Amino acid sequence: MSESRSLTILVADDTDSDRLILETIVRKEGHRVISAKDGLEAVAAYEQERPDIVLLDALMPGLDGFGAARRIKELAGESLVPIIFLTSLTDTDSLVKCLDAGGDDFLSKPYNRVILQAKIKSFNRMREMHATMLAQRDQIARHNEQFLQEQAVAKQVFDNVAHSGCLDASNVRYYLSSLAIFNGDVMVAAMRPSGSMMVLLGDFTGHGLPAAIGAMPLAATFYGMVHKGFSMTDILREINGKLKTILPLGFFCCATMIDMNFEKRRMKVWNGGLPDCFIYRKDDLSIVPVRSTHLPLGVLPNKSFKDDCEHYELAVGDRFFMWSDGIHEARDSTGEMFGEERLRAVFERNRQPEKAFDEILGSVQEFIGGGEKNDDLSLLEIVMDEPHKVDSVARETIFRRYSSLAEWDMCFEIKPTSFHAFDPLPLLLNVLMEVPGLRNYSGTLYTIMAELYSNALEHGVLKLDSAMKDTPEGFTRYYQEREARLREVSAGYIRIHLQHSTSPGGGRLTIRVEDSGEGFDKSNCSAEGLSNSQYSGRGLALVDKLCDSVRYLGKGNEVEAVFSWVNDD
Amino acid sequence: MSTTPHLDREILTTLKDVMESDFMLLIETFVTDSRERIRNLHELVPQGDAEVIRRAAHSFKGSSSNIGASRLAELCSQIEVQALTGNLDIIPELLAEAEVEFTRVTTLLQEFIAVG
Repeated sequence: MSESRSLTILVADDTDSDRLILETIVRKEGHRVISAKDGLEAVAAYEQERPDIVLLDALMPGLDGFGAARRIKELAGESLVPIIFLTSLTDTDSLVKCLDAGGDDFLSKPYNRVILQAKIKSFNRMREMHATMLAQRDQIARHNEQFLQEQAVAKQVFDNVAHSGCLDASNVRYYLSSLAIFNGDVMVAAMRPSGSMMVLLGDFTGHGLPAAIGAMPLAATFYGMVHKGFSMTDILREINGKLKTILPLGFFCCATMIDMNFEKRRMKVWNGGLPDCFIYRKDDLSIVPVRSTHLPLGVLPNKSFKDDCEHYELAVGDRFFMWSDGIHEARDSTGEMFGEERLRAVFERNRQPEKAFDEILGSVQEFIGGGEKNDDLSLLEIVMDEPHKVDSVARETIFRRYSSLAEWDMCFEIKPTSFHAFDPLPLLLNVLMEVPGLRNYSGTLYTIMAELYSNALEHGVLKLDSAMKDTPEGFTRYYQEREARLREVSAGYIRIHLQHSTSPGGGRLTIRVEDSGEGFDKSNCSAEGLSNSQYSGRGLALVDKLCDSVRYLGKGNEVEAVFSWVNDD
Repeated sequence: MSTTPHLDREILTTLKDVMESDFMLLIETFVTDSRERIRNLHELVPQGDAEVIRRAAHSFKGSSSNIGASRLAELCSQIEVQALTGNLDIIPELLAEAEVEFTRVTTLLQEFIAVG
């Protein structure tokens, strides 16, 4: 009859006439009534029927209303069961006693029907709100649990993608806070086939899942391309384009990427939006800051993206430090930020470069104090080292999880229109890297293929005379001529045949490069003949050193190099 | 002498509306119940347990007030107060008064039913 749904209401009163009145009133309101004649009956009835509201006489034989109220509240647990005491008690102490026992309200005798209706309605609203609150609390708890589970799975996937590189190489140190499952910072490091090391530190806008989602394609692209020998600018462009496409407006990735060449002791740096990185010179303990000169990744479309890099010469023992703004923006208890001044001061105090990394972390942590947590602090140090020291550690981590390719051959032909625009080497090297046994030789294979291909292109297709390169002036002219002819080439081909076979202890890769040129007189041009100090001969002599055998076929327009590998396991 | 009415007609009228056909049953229940309560009090008073007497009177007060027997409820309340203060001597007199009042209320209730 009322707008509220029908409730079940327990009426407990030892006085028959009083109970009769209440039962009738409550029933007339459209509710179901359960009756009890004393406290024990009331508790038993509650346990069995779980009524929505309890009307309880205070004074009853056996267990009185106060005792029954306590028991019923215990049985109810978390759910709210409004208990209204029926009483003709009027003194303050008795009323307080009703509430202390868990009563929620009183109804005085003689009963007033209108007041009782109003109380039932009001307590039912409270009861429903409480039930809703409990349901929502449980829902939030379930969601939170599910969220944490999902985060844990996502973190595992993320770690597998992001940390499969060579961050653990002996010349790299890093600190990546693990307080938040995803803090928006990403670090990736990998060796190029040439033996140089590429490292990228990225700081995505935002935290949590949105930041981590961007980190996935970044890491996947980075590792995929670095291993295949792509250049830093190609990789930056690819990542920028991917992020621009994927990330919503206003989301981007401040990043620094470096390519450290241990052979030539050089480093290329691209900084887009991260704080100044420092080169820390071992000899005079000076700092060379490397400023951000670009917009972050994922901001500009690729056509306006700037990929120019800074070049630096480094000595063995020189260190490169990069960091996210978490260090600069770390706050102490008064809210003051650490800032670049304090960071520079750490370096000014430093006397042993190998301790700088720990001193930076120590200073920041000391500054922050015990209470606060620095959940967004990323720090990377890469040391210029001797090539052989870096390689041994990092190489093992390069290629881990590719399916294997064993016995196969293929032929790849490049047509005139592609010579100018297309470099087939990354593509072919990619195929070779599908062979597990060849993965550790990616640098060697790249060198061999690069030499054979450029010989075929320059001498075979473009018909450039290598004798031009005998003088320094000729060297320059040679390359100008190469560019010019490359733009105009309209005929010719280069066919690259790759054939791989396995043997019990390893395998053998045969690379045959055939060009459309006229060839040359082989007797003048044996591998031994090329191992002198001529500019032009250096390449082929190197190929000969790296391979088991190199021989010329046909009229000299075809060269075949055989590379064998042995399984170390 | 108290000026409190024997029966509160307003309470009774409301009860009659609410109870409808059960009104007769309610009155009968009250009368039977009250008769038992008075008998019970007669037994309790000579035993001299003030708290037991007080509680019995208190319950009687509640049911009387609910039915609209205002003066009976007032007499019960007086017994309750005297028992609480330990003044047991005066209770037999009050109980006798309550018994008379109850007889009167019973008559009046029957009249009320008859008049409709």
